[in-house]
Amino acid sequence: MDFAGNFASILLGGISAGTVLFIVSVGLSVTMGLMGFVNLAHGAFAMFGGYVIVLAMNRAHVGFTAALALGFVATAALSVILERALYRRLYRAGELDQVLFTIGLIFIFMAAITIVVGPESQPIMLPPELRGQLNLGFTQYRTYSVFLIVVGFLIVAGVWLAFERTHIGAQIRATVDNRRMAESLGINIDRLFTITFAFGSGMAAIGGGLGAEFLGLDPQYALKYLVYFLIAVSVGGLGSVVGVYYASLLLGVLDFVLKLYLPKGGTIFIYALTILLLLWRPQGLFGRKAT
Amino acid sequence: MTVAASPVEPAAVAKRIVHPAARVLIGRHRFQWWEVLPWLAAIGFYFAFPDYLGFGTELLIAILFALSLDLALGYAGIITLGHAAFFGGGAYTVGLLAFHGIWTEPITSLLLAAVAAAVVGFASGLVLLRTQGLTLLMLTLCTTALLGEGANMAHDYTGGFDGLPSLPIAPVFGVFEFNPLYANTQYLYSLAALLVCFLFVRTLVYSPFGQSLTGIRENLLRMHAVGSPVRRRLVICYTISAAIAGIAGGLWAQTNAYVNLSALDLDRAATVLIILILGGHGRLYGAFVGAVAYLALEHLLARIYPTAWQLGLGLLLVMIALFARNGILGLGEVLWRRYLAGRAAS
Repeated sequence: MDFAGNFASILLGGISAGTVLFIVSVGLSVTMGLMGFVNLAHGAFAMFGGYVIVLAMNRAHVGFTAALALGFVATAALSVILERALYRRLYRAGELDQVLFTIGLIFIFMAAITIVVGPESQPIMLPPELRGQLNLGFTQYRTYSVFLIVVGFLIVAGVWLAFERTHIGAQIRATVDNRRMAESLGINIDRLFTITFAFGSGMAAIGGGLGAEFLGLDPQYALKYLVYFLIAVSVGGLGSVVGVYYASLLLGVLDFVLKLYLPKGGTIFIYALTILLLLWRPQGLFGRKAT
Repeated sequence: MTVAASPVEPAAVAKRIVHPAARVLIGRHRFQWWEVLPWLAAIGFYFAFPDYLGFGTELLIAILFALSLDLALGYAGIITLGHAAFFGGGAYTVGLLAFHGIWTEPITSLLLAAVAAAVVGFASGLVLLRTQGLTLLMLTLCTTALLGEGANMAHDYTGGFDGLPSLPIAPVFGVFEFNPLYANTQYLYSLAALLVCFLFVRTLVYSPFGQSLTGIRENLLRMHAVGSPVRRRLVICYTISAAIAGIAGGLWAQTNAYVNLSALDLDRAATVLIILILGGHGRLYGAFVGAVAYLALEHLLARIYPTAWQLGLGLLLVMIALFARNGILGLGEVLWRRYLAGRAAS
């Protein structure tokens, strides 16, 4: 393959992987920015949603789109229950308790899925129109990757519009900037957080389902990719949708390139870059200064 | 507070000071009668369960590792997800020296492990401890991941994913054979290392230095305001904590006679955090209680069904975070106080 084609395929592969990372992480960024809650179990919601989607398709023969919708709804519902019953008790607790609580939740999710579904990896059967190659004019590429990139772009546009142009988006931004002030202005933070938490978990579920094709789906998922979700969020900046999008794409492309050219331990550069960036800008690339 | 913690004629000071709170402060560093119990239990274990000394050694190392974290997290309030970096640093120091035939004497190897881990702790602490909260969590996490990837990359020296097997460790004092076949040597050796480190940590946390660490944990702004050199104290504490974690890692490598990447992974960092919190942090003995409870539960539940252990651990963590933030010892303290209050009322 010539250099231009090679370059294009690396870029497309990396961006499609980064898109999945974005879809999973965006909810985490908003909820962490909003409540300052260190939710390590976010990946567990992605895993749960991925399982709902894949099992609905493989065992109940639900269509791809319907399965995605089902995964979103089921995960959002589960997250609302957990948020109302357990998470909210720890909003005012320290990071340590939040970390322990969410690590505990990860273990519970992993064990529950191992017991109910089994420890083996679940394959996803993509609908026929998403398989195969697509001619993009300048290069041939996997249809599914192109589909992911388009979907990701639509999602980031949608979430950005919801964030910047709707009433509830304005409330979220206000709360991220200054929670006390927002509360004094009569914004119902409890309700706001439940809504964003449910939405973020639902998005994570869709990310889990969409990414199952190349990330795989097994009970280890919630721990295996946790560091990547956290890097995307902290590099992008808490509470910043666009920041997480850029950070995810960057991470996706970088990971793709490093895996290709430095298959043994290339990820060391990702960690090193993250450390340097966080030392330079602790609030992330696009983060708002903490108040 | 400085008066209370100073070693100048405590008995004479005690006679003059009558306020009960002051008396507690003066006497709090003294050994209580029950503090001998864990050590009696450890010696009792040696004689009672000669077939389980391998498990006992594992337990002692877990205690030592958790104790090192207690110094950083429980006393100085440094919330880290990366303590495995120092454990792994110590383990790989011992492993590399022994595997390549450079140095196999166990006690000096442990000291070298402590030095290597302290260097890592000092260097990373110097930059990382500027940050707090989520950023600090991420930075410690990434540092550990970085070292793990580094160990994986330096395949020619570290054996990469497979690690370094069958490390030759010289006999202790040149007399007592040291390999996994001689479990009693390993057990007593680890116990001695734990005792030395424990006495050091115990002295440290009751010293004025330890008091200032507690102050930093409780109220950072006020410590800045009273002119305490907060950053320097934190870095020193982090370095000492790293050195002790390095000793734990070195012991782990010596007693298992191998090192692999599991010394450096997220699992190990999470496990030591869980052990400490389970027992109760900032209490010195939390490490002991937590390690015993954790390893006992692991052995019992994993024997039934490996997934049962994962589920049980998850539920336990959620319960602790929600209802018993100070771990088992904290729970015990509450119950004891309630019992005393009940007795006083009746």
